[in-house]
Amino acid sequence: MPNFYTDNPELRHYLQHPLMRKIVELKERNFTEAAKYDYAPIDFDDAIDSYDKALEIVGEICGTTIADNAEEVDHQGPRVENHRVIYADGTQRNLDVCRKAGLMGMAMPRRLGGLNFPITPYIMAADIVSRADAGFENLWGLQDCAETIYEFADEDQKQRYIPRVCQGETMSMDLTEPDAGSDLQSVMLKATQKEDGSWVLNGVKRFITNGDSDIHLVLARSEEGTTDARGLSMFIYDKRNGGVNVRRIENKMGIKGSPTCELTYKDAPAELCGSRRMGLIKYVMALMNGARLGIAAQSVGISERAYREGLAYARDRRQFGRPIIEFPAVYEMLAIMKAKLDASRSLLYETSRYVDMYKIYEDIAKERSLTPEERKEMKHYSKLADACTPLVKGLGSEYANQNCYDCIQIHGGSGFMKDYACERIYRDARITSIYEGTTQLQVVAAIRHVTTGTYSSLMASYDEQPVRAELQPIHDALKELTATYETAVKTVADAADQAYTDFMARRLVEMAGDIIMSYLLLADANANDSFTKSCEVYFNYARAEVKKHADFIADFTPAQLEAYKPAE
Amino acid sequence: MSLNIVVLAKQVPDTRNVGKDAMKEDGTINRAALPAIFNPEDLNALEQAIRLKDAHPGSTVTVLTMGLPRASEIIREAIYRGADRGIVLTDRTLGGADTLATSYSLAQAIKKIGNYDIILGGRQAIDGDTAQVGPQIAEKLHIPQVTYAEEILDIKKNGHVTVKRRLENGVETVKAPLPCVVTVNGSAAECRPRNARRVMQYKFATSTSEEPKLNPTIKAIVERRPELRIAEWSAADVEADPEQIGLPGSPTKVKNIVNVVFTAKENLRIENNDEAIENLVKELIANHTIG
Repeated sequence: MPNFYTDNPELRHYLQHPLMRKIVELKERNFTEAAKYDYAPIDFDDAIDSYDKALEIVGEICGTTIADNAEEVDHQGPRVENHRVIYADGTQRNLDVCRKAGLMGMAMPRRLGGLNFPITPYIMAADIVSRADAGFENLWGLQDCAETIYEFADEDQKQRYIPRVCQGETMSMDLTEPDAGSDLQSVMLKATQKEDGSWVLNGVKRFITNGDSDIHLVLARSEEGTTDARGLSMFIYDKRNGGVNVRRIENKMGIKGSPTCELTYKDAPAELCGSRRMGLIKYVMALMNGARLGIAAQSVGISERAYREGLAYARDRRQFGRPIIEFPAVYEMLAIMKAKLDASRSLLYETSRYVDMYKIYEDIAKERSLTPEERKEMKHYSKLADACTPLVKGLGSEYANQNCYDCIQIHGGSGFMKDYACERIYRDARITSIYEGTTQLQVVAAIRHVTTGTYSSLMASYDEQPVRAELQPIHDALKELTATYETAVKTVADAADQAYTDFMARRLVEMAGDIIMSYLLLADANANDSFTKSCEVYFNYARAEVKKHADFIADFTPAQLEAYKPAE
Repeated sequence: MSLNIVVLAKQVPDTRNVGKDAMKEDGTINRAALPAIFNPEDLNALEQAIRLKDAHPGSTVTVLTMGLPRASEIIREAIYRGADRGIVLTDRTLGGADTLATSYSLAQAIKKIGNYDIILGGRQAIDGDTAQVGPQIAEKLHIPQVTYAEEILDIKKNGHVTVKRRLENGVETVKAPLPCVVTVNGSAAECRPRNARRVMQYKFATSTSEEPKLNPTIKAIVERRPELRIAEWSAADVEADPEQIGLPGSPTKVKNIVNVVFTAKENLRIENNDEAIENLVKELIANHTIG
């Protein structure tokens, strides 16, 4: 039986990263929960073994049930009957099997019914699920909305909602509206407080993934007369109370198993989650960061699948008397696909470790005050998580798309037909660089870490790590490449022209990502020789990319921007 | 209404993925070369058992297996999916058993378990493909049997069980008084996956013979939590007659084993009545297939 975890040793490699020890020890509060819960780990090795065993279950389910159902789900899709969503049969079977396997609410604390997994192994599960069926990952992955309830709701709300998620109820985050997509501060869904203090919601939401979920997080305007972000609050809507109907579901290009709903709220009772006016400013930003990491995992899972489909076909397909994988044009494509896959995965888990570190400290801070060193560490990792999340979401999703494009290219004419999985994966990949913030918006989030030097200091810290002698040339070259990047950053900064900076932002962010991912693969290769090829291939690719962008920036003057501007 | 459910399971070599060293010179299975797995149809039986437990809280599912001590692996697999406990019937003297000796030994173990409402097992194991052990156990315990079961539709403690059977020509629904033996088809619902929390809860479940290998930390946990002990029963524990178990208790003697490639174009259909079966047996004796 195929197992999408055990057949992918890269995942185990990241589970064994040195920082994991600290993450696990903090997450498990030095393994004190073992006295209370018979499924809590007794030490670090026990915890890693438990993650490993749980991921093996994920791998087995994904390699069999979920992968097997993917094509049928893509064809059948969900439908709406009497304002309710009916999932495709295969989707329902997937959900049932995930519930029985206890894979819902994985990252929630034990006292609320969860498995208390750190984000890193949870994200690994998301990576694996996405390889099997990217559309299903949306439904399964929305369990991380529970994280928002855990972080911001009151204790009573946590007790009422989180155990339900751990039991397998699904969630949705109702943010987007017809006139509020990327620009969420324009949200108009109206929240009205009644005399008894309770709230009702009225209005319309659009493009809501899994919009007929059991428990919704809803962004709504609670402050009458306001028009900006400060008038928005976060609410919890429980489907058991009624009041929200599904008007229609979208007919999409990909991830067809995941219902994208238009919702109408008619006096829908809801509870305020956290403080008024903090909905967008604080909670949605946190929610989005979690969701972006999820999309990055989805992108990596898709990249993995695209690479494997391409590889299998290239080995099997013979032309001119030999398998096409023997032709340089084909094996180059595959090597670059693998390099992009490994690079984005390495950044994914680097980011997830950063997220783990600061979130666990935040959680500990609810129990006791942190020491000054701990607070410092929390801030440090929080900043790195903030810097790496848009990078991995933006670049990882672009790589997923590029890999799917190349996967079809390797399949030739057959790839254009509906006969092979690659066309479905290609369609599924397309949304990853759009939702939860387009790549362009990831650049907006990332550019300040270019200008404030977060990425530079990250590169400097990677540069301090010694490597094996045979990897030294790459290490040295990366130092030079970093200097090239710094020069480009300085050139743009010196111009002190906002439009010009915005125009160049994409290039600078890509350069930073190329160098950071090269460093990460270098560290992987240093620890584990199976990454050496990808490290070399990716470095070659990254070097050319960085130089290309550097040249463009060096040769460009702000005045040239005129040629790009739209006609009046 | 809480039920005492016994599930019969076997650890078998995975004959679905056979390599070239799967058979030994003498034509017997080279168990060392094949991964040992949970017999697939026993997993279907386990699923039916756990569904009964889900529908009737307070029920217990006891998994019974006969085999080498390492068969505790499938007991853990069953517990990860929802079984409550397991017993490995293991003894050198039980080795070399044919279906007659196996069913006798298992029936003895079931008597020791006692107080059972229903015994579920897979239709057959993929290493022997006999489908005899379940029915023979029913005979030895003097209780009814329902074979080729696909779904348990209803059950009443101290009453009847209603079972949907998948037969060659269609589906039949039958009712049998409890206790009884039900053997489950591969066409029944697939077994649920291992549950992540149960895996963490029970991963240290240990049989008696595995205990000496434990490190002190885990040994202390097992000593503290009795639910982590997997019982091992010997032939003496189940009061088995030494003459009826293992090789001495097995009238089946393997004369030789040959590789047969199916060439027959036609099937012979035998009606399901005593006369037709007697004629078939006569024919098989006449052409020296049996006897």
